Amino acid sequence: MEILITYLKVFLVGGIICSIGQILIDKTKITPARILVLFLTLGVFLTAFGIYKPLIDFGGAGATVPISGFGYSLANGVIKEVNEIGFLGIFTGGIKAAAAGISAAIFFGFLASLFAKPNIK
Amino acid sequence: MNTNIDMSNKEYSDYVEKKATNSPLLKNIFWAFLVGGIICMIGQAITDVFLKFGFPKEQASTYTTIILIFLGAFLTSINLYSKLGKFAGAGSVIPITGFSNSVVAPAIEFKTEGYILGLGANMFKIAGPVLVYGVTSSIIVGFFYWLIKIFL
Amino acid sequence: MKIGSQTIQLENTPKLLQTASMVGPKEMDGPLNQFFDLHTDDVFLGEKSFEKAESKMLEQCVNHLLSKAGMNNSMIDYIFAGDLLNQCISSGYAIRNLNIPFIGLYGACSTFCESLALAASFVNANYGKNIIATTSSHFCSAERQFRMPLEHGNQQSPTSQCTVTGTGAALVVPNSSSIHSLYITHVTFGKVIDFGIKDMTNMGAAMMPAAYSTITTHLQDTKRKLDYYDAIVTGDLGILGSELLVDQFQKEGYDISHIHKDCGVLIYDKEKQDTHCGGSGCGCMASVFSGYFFEQLKSKKMNKILIVSTGALMSPLSIQQGESIPSIAHAVAIENEV
Repeated sequence: MEILITYLKVFLVGGIICSIGQILIDKTKITPARILVLFLTLGVFLTAFGIYKPLIDFGGAGATVPISGFGYSLANGVIKEVNEIGFLGIFTGGIKAAAAGISAAIFFGFLASLFAKPNIK
Repeated sequence: MNTNIDMSNKEYSDYVEKKATNSPLLKNIFWAFLVGGIICMIGQAITDVFLKFGFPKEQASTYTTIILIFLGAFLTSINLYSKLGKFAGAGSVIPITGFSNSVVAPAIEFKTEGYILGLGANMFKIAGPVLVYGVTSSIIVGFFYWLIKIFL
Repeated sequence: MKIGSQTIQLENTPKLLQTASMVGPKEMDGPLNQFFDLHTDDVFLGEKSFEKAESKMLEQCVNHLLSKAGMNNSMIDYIFAGDLLNQCISSGYAIRNLNIPFIGLYGACSTFCESLALAASFVNANYGKNIIATTSSHFCSAERQFRMPLEHGNQQSPTSQCTVTGTGAALVVPNSSSIHSLYITHVTFGKVIDFGIKDMTNMGAAMMPAAYSTITTHLQDTKRKLDYYDAIVTGDLGILGSELLVDQFQKEGYDISHIHKDCGVLIYDKEKQDTHCGGSGCGCMASVFSGYFFEQLKSKKMNKILIVSTGALMSPLSIQQGESIPSIAHAVAIENEV
């Protein structure tokens, strides 16, 4: 029963975040590329103001899988690093925390495009 | 017969707006919610599996990110992600798989212009701004956090 | 001879001898499939890139036109051609193998009437005997130049249109009693009109005012009434643009709903093919006119038509810089000999 409730929370939080994006796309004609930037930046600043962490505690992957969760790791990483090594952490913390995601995107992206051929939708 | 349309630009825009069919908002939200929610649940399931095998929490969620990015890239390369995006909209754009899709899609498309200046240079055509603004805002956050820490 | 403000009357009435058309797989699924000469199931046409594929399609279409007309390329004086890609590469690369003097044109989706009008004017002035007008577009090459990569998962706005993979070519020859074919009587070149529409996914609305301006100016210049024509055919206003055009004439007190046809609306089945507002692109009117309407005129189901192709003259750069979409329309009047 408990696991069901956890997954329901994940579904709800993830679904709501995506729905907000959908409303923005349909109502304001913001393009998907801009939506990505907007949500990521929001994720960074919401984390900085301590608002995003409670959302992750509640919704788990529902809050970490959306691109705003990527923003969370950036902001969280930079804060952690500043705590540990001081000023230099400002420049190393963010990318360090996001390193796995960026590297994976580059590597798998490269691999995938080697084997794929563009095709009509 | 009047050869000019007797309307200002503003009047014409408003008139066009009124005539145009709107996006089916409720239907779009439904699919965005459903697909976005399901992708997040898959993410949660992957994390839970790693936790079960005794990985620490942070590593488990990093592995989740890597696997989801792989899935996004794979589905893009077999031409399925664009089909998903057609009805899921933001539900397939906003999860991390959508980030992966926006890296792979231009890479595939620009392969015809060569591996260096085509594939290599265009890979971050859509996702590049995400990194630019993500890193920049994290540095801003870090700087102010450092400043506040010194003075408090 | 110039008459009125923007129209040329072709007093030597050049003839439209023959046309040829070629389309891609999606267009063959559409309701007009029986009217196209050639088609391909492979969007690459065996080539390595979409740009090369578009070029090849254009070349095949021109070669088919030559064989239909029983001519070879040395008999052609000039070819007027254009497409949507930067530097008109589809046309340029296609025509390098044909060994025909080439005049490259860009008028976005209005290029078909632009090239046909110029070809007819050249023949009328006796600058050449056999002149070809042709244009092409390809969904995949246009998509990557103007929009997002094909594999990117995103939704299309309901007002968006789908670029036609297709090409059409027409052969214009001087009038002579031995040739029985269609006359080109007038051509009207349009002005650039901009009503401030900025949405790249709503081209129909951006181009409608240009179509309206060119059609009404043509009628005024030729002192003709709307009912002179059996059909007024616009290029790619799409469903929304067509609706706006009919409404605009309604406001002036004219009902054109029964004679107005739009190639972008005709080429796809909206319900089955998920094409939103219809087709667009240089190849839209080129293939639909060369395929469907030429046949209608030849079989005398229609006798007098005015074709008006409409183009949006923006580029992805100008849109990113916040500019609105200027548009243009050119008209060509075509009649059966009676």
